[in-house]
Amino acid sequence: MKRAQDINEHIAWQDMTVGCEIYEPGTSRLTKTGEWRSRTPVWIEEKCKQCLLCAPFCPDASIPCKDGKRSEFDYEHCKGCGICIKVCPFKAIAWEDEVGKEEA
Amino acid sequence: MSIRERLSGNEAIATAMRQINPDVFAMFPITPSTEIPQYYAQYVADGKVDTEFICVESEHSAMSACLGAEAAGVRAVTATSSAGLSYMNEVLYVAGSLRLPVVLAVSCRALTGPININHDYSDSFAERDSGFIQLYGENNQEVYDNYLMAHRIAEHPDVRLPLMVCEDGFITSHAIENIELEEDAAVKAFVGEYKPENYLLKEENPLAVGPYGVSAYYMEARVAQAHAMMNAKRVILDVAADFEKTFGRKYGFFEAYKMDDAEVAMVIMGSSAGTAKVAADELRAAGIKAGVVKIRVFRPFPGEELAEVLKNCKAVAVMDKSEGFSACGGPLFAETAGAMINLDNRPKMIDIVFGLGGRDFTVNAAKSVFERLIDIVKTGETGPVYTHMGQREGR
Amino acid sequence: MAYNLKEEMNKEERFHSGHRLCAGCGAGIVCRAMMRAVDPGDRAVICNATGCLEVSSFQYPYTAWEDSYIHTAFENASATASGVESAYKVLKRKGKIAEDKNVKILAIGGDGGTYDIGFQSLSGALERGHDFTYFCYDNNAYMNTGTQRSSATPRFASATTTPAGVESVGKKQVQKDLTQIVVAHGSPYVAQTTLFGNMKDFHEKAHRAIYTEGPTFVNVLTPCPRGWNYKTEDILAICKAAIDTCVWPIYEVVEGEYRLTYEPKNKLPIEEFMRPQGRFAHCFKPGNEWTIEAAQEYVDKKWEELLAKCR
Repeated sequence: MKRAQDINEHIAWQDMTVGCEIYEPGTSRLTKTGEWRSRTPVWIEEKCKQCLLCAPFCPDASIPCKDGKRSEFDYEHCKGCGICIKVCPFKAIAWEDEVGKEEA
Repeated sequence: MSIRERLSGNEAIATAMRQINPDVFAMFPITPSTEIPQYYAQYVADGKVDTEFICVESEHSAMSACLGAEAAGVRAVTATSSAGLSYMNEVLYVAGSLRLPVVLAVSCRALTGPININHDYSDSFAERDSGFIQLYGENNQEVYDNYLMAHRIAEHPDVRLPLMVCEDGFITSHAIENIELEEDAAVKAFVGEYKPENYLLKEENPLAVGPYGVSAYYMEARVAQAHAMMNAKRVILDVAADFEKTFGRKYGFFEAYKMDDAEVAMVIMGSSAGTAKVAADELRAAGIKAGVVKIRVFRPFPGEELAEVLKNCKAVAVMDKSEGFSACGGPLFAETAGAMINLDNRPKMIDIVFGLGGRDFTVNAAKSVFERLIDIVKTGETGPVYTHMGQREGR
Repeated sequence: MAYNLKEEMNKEERFHSGHRLCAGCGAGIVCRAMMRAVDPGDRAVICNATGCLEVSSFQYPYTAWEDSYIHTAFENASATASGVESAYKVLKRKGKIAEDKNVKILAIGGDGGTYDIGFQSLSGALERGHDFTYFCYDNNAYMNTGTQRSSATPRFASATTTPAGVESVGKKQVQKDLTQIVVAHGSPYVAQTTLFGNMKDFHEKAHRAIYTEGPTFVNVLTPCPRGWNYKTEDILAICKAAIDTCVWPIYEVVEGEYRLTYEPKNKLPIEEFMRPQGRFAHCFKPGNEWTIEAAQEYVDKKWEELLAKCR
C-alpha cells in the first residue's frame, strides 16, 4: 500500500494513489506548519499548574499531553496563534519576545 | 437456461438490478426513468432483495449518496433522466475523479427547453466528459445485457470508473418487447461480489477520499483517470467475451451492420439503429451497398476501431440525436470525424441532427439519408456538412 | 461519566497537527473536540463539505484525520453521509463489520455548506432519519472564498459582499436560525454550543449527539480571526462575549424538550460582543448608534423566545 511519505511533487502519475486516496491516518503531521509562525509562545514550566486548560484550545494539537500533564510545545506544528497564552490562568505561557518583560 | 419474457426497458433494467441485488439504491423520481426505482421498491417491499433503498430529496443527493456508499465499501446504484442527470453533473465528475464505480441507469431524454419528456441524447451527451463509461443499447435486450456487464467493467481494478447504462427514453424504456432473461443464479455468478481493496469502513486501515489537489498533483491525477478510461476498452471487450461464452450474446464497441463492403454508411446510436438497418436492407435489395454502424460504447470512444470499419466507405452520415450548438455539428459527428482524421483516404462525411425531443425517425427518413450519401458519391460534392432533419421548414 | 479534562487530554489525538487551517482558526479546536467525543475504540467516518476545513485538513497526500474521511462536494455532506450510513447498515447486516464494532458517521461543514448550499441535503437526511451527527462550524460567512455573507452572517456585519460604506451598515438581514429549523425536523438531539470554559459543554453535547440514535445536530459558533477581524489570541473572549450577551445562546433540545445549558449571570450588552470585532467597527461610528440598538433589540427578542421554550 502506497504511503504518503512516498508521495511528493516529483513522482510520476503511475505512482500516485488511485483517485488520490490515502490509506493511513494523520499524514498531515509530515507538514511542518511551525514554519508559518511569526511569534512564538513559550511554556514557563515553573509557573504551570498542569491544569491543561491550554491543551484543548490549541487548534493545531501542538500541546502534547500524557498522563494528565502537558509537555513542551510541538514547535514543528505550532503556528503561533497565541490562544494558549490568553487561556492560561497562571501566565505560564508567554510570547517569547515578552518573557521577563512583564516581571521587570 | 434463458427465460423468455416480455418486458419494457425500464423493467429489464430493474430486473437486472434485482438479480444483482446491489447494496444501496438511492432514488429520485424523474420521467421516464422513474419506473426503475418503482419496480425496485416493490422488490424491496416483497423481500426479493435486501438493498438499502433510500428515497433522497434530489438527483444531486442520489449520486452523492451513491458516492458515500461506494466509498464506504458497497455497490451503489441509481437511475435518472434529463434534468436529473444535469442536476447530478457536478457529482458525476466527482464520481469519475474519485474512481468510484457507481452504476447509473439513464433513460435518455431531451433537456429543457422547452421542457419535453421524450427521447434524445442531450442529457447523456452533455455528460460525455464526466469520466463515466457510457454503454448504449438499441433495445431492451441490449440494455439488460449491458447492465449485466456494467458492474464488472466499472469495478475492474484497472478501470475503477463509474458507468452509465443508457436506454432511449420511452422508445426503449416504456415499449414492451420480447427479451431473454438469464437465471438469477447465473447472473449473480457472472457479476460476482464487490471486493474493493480499500474502503471507508475497512477495519484494518482508514481511508481518506476526495482531497484538495494542488497543481503539482492535479495533472497526474487526471492523466491516471484518462488511462483508466483507455484501460476500459480492453476490459469492456474481455467482459463481453465472457458474456458471450456464458450467455451466448455477442457485443463489441459497436455493431457493424453490413459494413464489409459498404460504400455508404450511417453512424447512429440506440433504437434509431433498428430503423437505419431496415433502410439499409431495402437499399441493399435495390443493389446499393449500404451499411450501418451502431455505437454501443460512446465512452471510451472506440475511435481507431471505428475508423477501421469506416475507412473503405465513400460517404458517411453521422446521425446526432443531440444538438451541441457548436454551429458546426453534433457531438457524435465531432468524435467520429476526429477518429477519421489520420486516415489517408477519408470518406466524405456529413452530420445530421435528428429526432430531438422524440421527433420520429422513419425508414423513409433513413433512406433519404442514404440517398443523400449516394448523391455525394456520384457528384463528389459533400454539400452542407451540418444539417437538421425532420423539422418543419419555412422559407 | 463525568467530564474530566485531564482524561480527555490523555486520549489519542484524532485531528492531527500539520493541517493548513489559519493560525488561531476555531475549526481546528472544534474538530479536535468533536473527535474526542467519539469513544476510544469506536471508529468514525467524517463526511466533510467543501470549505476551509476540507482544503486544509486533506490536501493531497496529507490528511489530518485519524479516522476515515470523505469529501465529495460543497452542498452534499449530508447526502454523502446518508450513503455511508446506508453502507454501514449493509456491512453490519452481512456480518462484514463485527457486531461489537461501532462506526460513528459524522458530517461537518461550515455555515455556507450547512445553512445555505447544503441546506436541502441536510434537511433530506434529517427527514430520512439516518443515524449520523452533523456538526456545523458556524463562522458566520463564506470564509474559504474570502468572507462573503451567508444566511448565518448576523445583521450589520460587514462582509465582502455586504461591505459597510457610506450607504451601507453591513448585512441587512438577521441570521437564519438554523438550529430551530433543525429542531422542527423532529431530530432527537439538537444543540448549540461554542468554545468556552474547559470545553465541557461542547464535549457533553457532542458525545450525546454522537451516541443518540438518529439524525442529530450540533451547531457550533466558531470564530474566524480573519473574517471577524480580531486578534487570533482573543478567540475565547469573543466566544465568552457571544454567550454572555446571548447573541449565541447555549442550549440543547432533547426529543423536543428545550434546556438552557448556560445562562449568563449578568446578560451583557451586545456591544461587548461587537466592539472587539472589526466586522462591526462601522456600527460604533457616530450616526450608526441605531444599529447597536437594533441588534440589541433583536437579541433580546430571540433570548426571550428561547427562555419561554425552556420554561
